[in-house]
Amino acid sequence: MSEREILVSVKGLKKYFPITRGILIQREIGSVKAVDDVSFYIFKGETLGLVGESGCGKTTTGRTLLQLYRPTAGEVWFNGIDLTKIKGQTLRQTRQKVQMIFQDPYASLNPRWTIARIVGESLRVHKIITGKKEQDDRIKQLLELVQLNPSQLNRYPHEFSGGQRQRIGVARALASDPEFIVCDEPISALDVSIQAQVVNLLEDLQSKIGLTYLFIAHDLSMVRHICDRVAVMYLGIIVESGQRDELYDHPLHPYTKALLSAVPIPDPRATRARHRIILDGDVPSPANPPKGCRFHPRCPIAGEECKTLVPDWREVAPDHWVACHKV
Amino acid sequence: MEPLLDVKNLRVQFHTLEGIVQAVNGISFVVEKGKTLGIVGESGCGKSVTVLSVMRLIPEPPGKIYSGEVLFEGKDLLKLDMAAIQDIRGQKIAMIFQDPMTSLNPVLTIGKQISEAIIVHQKVGKEEAFKQTVNLLDLVGIPQPEARYNDYPHQFSGGMRQRVMIAMSLSCNPDLLIADEPTTALDVTIQAQIVELTKKLQEKFDMSVIWITHDLGVVAEIADRVIVMYAGYIVEEADVFNIFENPVHPYTLSLLKSLPRVDSRRYERLAIIPGSPPDCIHIPTGCPFMPRCGYAIEKCGLENPQLAYVEEDHKAACWVEVKNGRVE
Repeated sequence: MSEREILVSVKGLKKYFPITRGILIQREIGSVKAVDDVSFYIFKGETLGLVGESGCGKTTTGRTLLQLYRPTAGEVWFNGIDLTKIKGQTLRQTRQKVQMIFQDPYASLNPRWTIARIVGESLRVHKIITGKKEQDDRIKQLLELVQLNPSQLNRYPHEFSGGQRQRIGVARALASDPEFIVCDEPISALDVSIQAQVVNLLEDLQSKIGLTYLFIAHDLSMVRHICDRVAVMYLGIIVESGQRDELYDHPLHPYTKALLSAVPIPDPRATRARHRIILDGDVPSPANPPKGCRFHPRCPIAGEECKTLVPDWREVAPDHWVACHKV
Repeated sequence: MEPLLDVKNLRVQFHTLEGIVQAVNGISFVVEKGKTLGIVGESGCGKSVTVLSVMRLIPEPPGKIYSGEVLFEGKDLLKLDMAAIQDIRGQKIAMIFQDPMTSLNPVLTIGKQISEAIIVHQKVGKEEAFKQTVNLLDLVGIPQPEARYNDYPHQFSGGMRQRVMIAMSLSCNPDLLIADEPTTALDVTIQAQIVELTKKLQEKFDMSVIWITHDLGVVAEIADRVIVMYAGYIVEEADVFNIFENPVHPYTLSLLKSLPRVDSRRYERLAIIPGSPPDCIHIPTGCPFMPRCGYAIEKCGLENPQLAYVEEDHKAACWVEVKNGRVE
């Protein structure tokens, strides 16, 4: 394992959003700790899955990683550069290599722009290709890469279906020839029969171009399918991470266990036969997370130390990390 | 045994500026007493319109129920006047929706909204209604029901709101609960809670349930019988084990093959269904699934197959008989 090259490394990443009171004179009265001390690494050419329930901070992690939000604290190393320390022109240049695919293919494409303009934007912004003819050729090539008809480049987003729009989003991300793409719930808004199309496309592109993905999702079945390694988030922190088979077949953290047992299996016999852990209650507010282990109010095996002590993030097996007192 | 709900040849269309949307095209199904019927399909396949028609909640215009019968305990709901329907809604048939926030009144407390239904339908006093409401909130697993009686919807989380909706729907002991994608907006751990709760309550009150979803995993968990819909047609119908273990229609088969499983180490490439679902304005002649089907023959483009028995208790609408991924 150790010979594998690490492309992205995140250390102690924090992102707090202020809560303010007052209209004219705004005072900060607290903060939402959306991401609170998160560390992970991604090997070159692999897919890391980031899973968790809504509000756990997975999207904020992805956005903070790309510096769409500036982090409150922490480092994001990409190709030997700490993205949190650079700005302006240098950041813009580095951003060519880190791109994003968004969740909602309806909201993330400008309805008044043609496909050519949407996909070609980063070619112009980064001055990668300047000639009009050369730009069009490149755009056509990109559309072919995502299996869209290149002759449709002068159409508008509303003329495409959800799955096709997500392909346009993928083509846009690929335009600047990136090494790393954050996929933020790229299939959640799509119909079941379309999801597999987009997932297969992402897999094909990875093997063709050697892309590295951070795949943010809440669909644990799809994450198991597409990811090499998986990290599970709960209330702003990562509670467990590991190789996909290790994590799915031998989950250690009680939250991971409950989460996996809650995923429905499309097989009536298997799904009715298995033991399910039903968690009580809801995820607490990230503005005021529980003391000690953040999961302890819902944890079926929580003890006294869990209420006061924050568990260490430790490696219990090669590349299998967990934060729990009881493991 | 007499079915609780018997829908026959239901046809619903919407007149829009773009054309006539053929939302539901002559479908028939039954719901047995105490059983759960799962209706599966992608967005726009007509599954919601079907149950809204049963409840007579289709806005007319633009919608119109062109034909069909909806027999509930022997009465045709489509022929009742609005006052009679009002009595059935809530008392006999209750419905919960995908987004509980839009179904609850934001300026009234939860307790008020539930007790109001009880007062109207059961004609009891305020105190009795309060007692019943607290019991219901307790039953659906809302902690400290008496304290939360006076809370407003925004003070509840998504999962808790859905519990409130279920409490409200149970307030008049309905015989049939229609759940239209009730867990789609919820996280998996909360979804598991709601599914367990529904199963428990169904057993307790001997209710029938229609559970609409696009998630085949949830259907596998909760349904006794399953209907698969595509472009306003039922393409396959069978009991839950049969539909998952022995799917016959190419659409059902491809959907199942395109799903990865959380409990399996098999990482084959996912099977895909090319193209996207038709928009129900321009439904192709012949079988609506034909343009995306890997098994299509010439006949499929000419004539739409009727839903017919392929074996005992298992119906499908397909010219080609597909079994376990093979054409026989």
